[in-house]
Amino acid sequence: MITTSGLTKVYQSRGREVTALDGVDLHVREGEVYGVIGQSGAGKSSLIRCVNLLERPTSGTVTVDGQDLTALAGRGPRAGKGLREARSRIGMVFQHFNLLSSRTVQRNVELPLEILGISGQARTRKALELLDLVGLADKAKAYPGQLSGGQKQRVGIARALAGDPKVLLSDEATSALDPETTRSILQLLRDVNQQLGLTVLLITHEMDVVKTVCDSAALMRGGRVVESGTVDELLATPGSELADALFPVGGTASGPDRTVVDVTFRGDEAAQPVISQLARKYNIDISILGAAMDTVGGRQIGRMRIELPGGYADNVVPIGFLRERGLQAETVDEAAGAAPARTPALFTEEAAK
Amino acid sequence: MSWNDMQPLLAQGTVDTLYMVLWAALVTVIGGLPLGILLVLTDKGGLLRNTVLNKVVGVVVNIGRSLPFIILLIAIIPFTTWVVGTFIGPTAMIVPLAVGAIPFFARLVETAVREVDHGLVEAVQSMGGSVPTIVRKVLLPQALPSLVSGVTTTVIVLIGYSAMAGAVGGEGLGSLAITNGFQRFDDRFMLVTVALLIVIVTVVQLIGDIAVRLLARRGRATS
Repeated sequence: MITTSGLTKVYQSRGREVTALDGVDLHVREGEVYGVIGQSGAGKSSLIRCVNLLERPTSGTVTVDGQDLTALAGRGPRAGKGLREARSRIGMVFQHFNLLSSRTVQRNVELPLEILGISGQARTRKALELLDLVGLADKAKAYPGQLSGGQKQRVGIARALAGDPKVLLSDEATSALDPETTRSILQLLRDVNQQLGLTVLLITHEMDVVKTVCDSAALMRGGRVVESGTVDELLATPGSELADALFPVGGTASGPDRTVVDVTFRGDEAAQPVISQLARKYNIDISILGAAMDTVGGRQIGRMRIELPGGYADNVVPIGFLRERGLQAETVDEAAGAAPARTPALFTEEAAK
Repeated sequence: MSWNDMQPLLAQGTVDTLYMVLWAALVTVIGGLPLGILLVLTDKGGLLRNTVLNKVVGVVVNIGRSLPFIILLIAIIPFTTWVVGTFIGPTAMIVPLAVGAIPFFARLVETAVREVDHGLVEAVQSMGGSVPTIVRKVLLPQALPSLVSGVTTTVIVLIGYSAMAGAVGGEGLGSLAITNGFQRFDDRFMLVTVALLIVIVTVVQLIGDIAVRLLARRGRATS
């Protein structure tokens, strides 16, 4: 639904060149919620703004719903008719809501419809319908200044949906909200994704956002996509930073002659008593060093770091048993074992801000 | 001159002053508003980036701003005569008043429009809004309170200018103060015209403030 290829953005700043995007290839499938995560300055904001060409990419192409937007852009700073029409089919939600304080909530939602040239009555009907969808039917006549942050973002979402877009871009939509409001806004995004079959591309610096709503995710660093894929795929990738950040498991071996194994559970397997079966079947003592479990996209997903007695050679069979049960089991050597535990710090640092 | 003789003169002076100032204010808004918006749009980073046009308009506005009004008034007499047919009288004075106030108002418009949050412009761009749409639906409505207060300031400046217009046959309160108060040493004229000017300025400021307050109230929580 959204494809970027070789997307590059270089800013000229006082004679210096700053590369914000360095050849980004992104592929968002129809109907999925795709999260791009990264620290400030990683280029994720430039990326999302390049998708509807609020920012002109220096090179590379952006295709949304089969239409090459970069080809529509033209040369000057003004957006041509073709690009403006394409933009009207892409909704966008902003961190700071960007509602017009001079208009009522209802008239804010009507704004995209005015731009589309839809007549007064149809506009009103559509706006009230959308306000009902986001749960703000009673606030139609209020001004944005009278609403709370979460309510403002609901208006922002209603407004973004007014043009019946196929794609919704969310630029840090929950970053200015408290945790509880964040959850309700994410739930709303999930609802519109499912009810309207909308494709959602969101950028965030909060791992929780990815965990709560995303089907797929990409990690950006220094203007590049370092990792990407569906949450399932990421979890299945050994040494994936995103998987480690989503499900951090720590802990090191309690002594020599021990084998540390990371086990990843997905879906139905998560419900099975695999660890106790393992212990009984091979008569071994298992210590749990760390574990993280959560529901991602309605499925139980978890990772666990366990310690088995004996060296790797002694544990080939038990590990084989785990894999046979459909689990993913990776042995962690001491040197590599320390590395993933450090990764989540990348995000906690950001979250502390 | 008796008080009874003064009254009709003062009444006529007030009417002439208001006539000049209000018409000039109207022309100033019509001329200065697009100019101020143009200054913002053509600036670098603006929606219609155009360095050459921006510099040209900027220089013209600065020249207009730097001329003392009394000089401008005399300097453009040929232009005034070409437009109105004469350079004497309240109607003729509307021309230099507007020419003097347009650059001033344009800068006020520029400041007001520049203060509109760029995020709002981006939001409307993301909906597919064109530049005229952005100007009509975002920049002007969002800047309206500042624009109204700019108009108030401009009207008050015009009242000041209109008094100077009295020096070159412009009629109005300024003219009365100069001819009767100063040249004929009639202090009563001076006092009354000063008092009238103070009243007019105060009333204008009051109306402007009320309008701004009513407009600004929309955006804020009332509960």
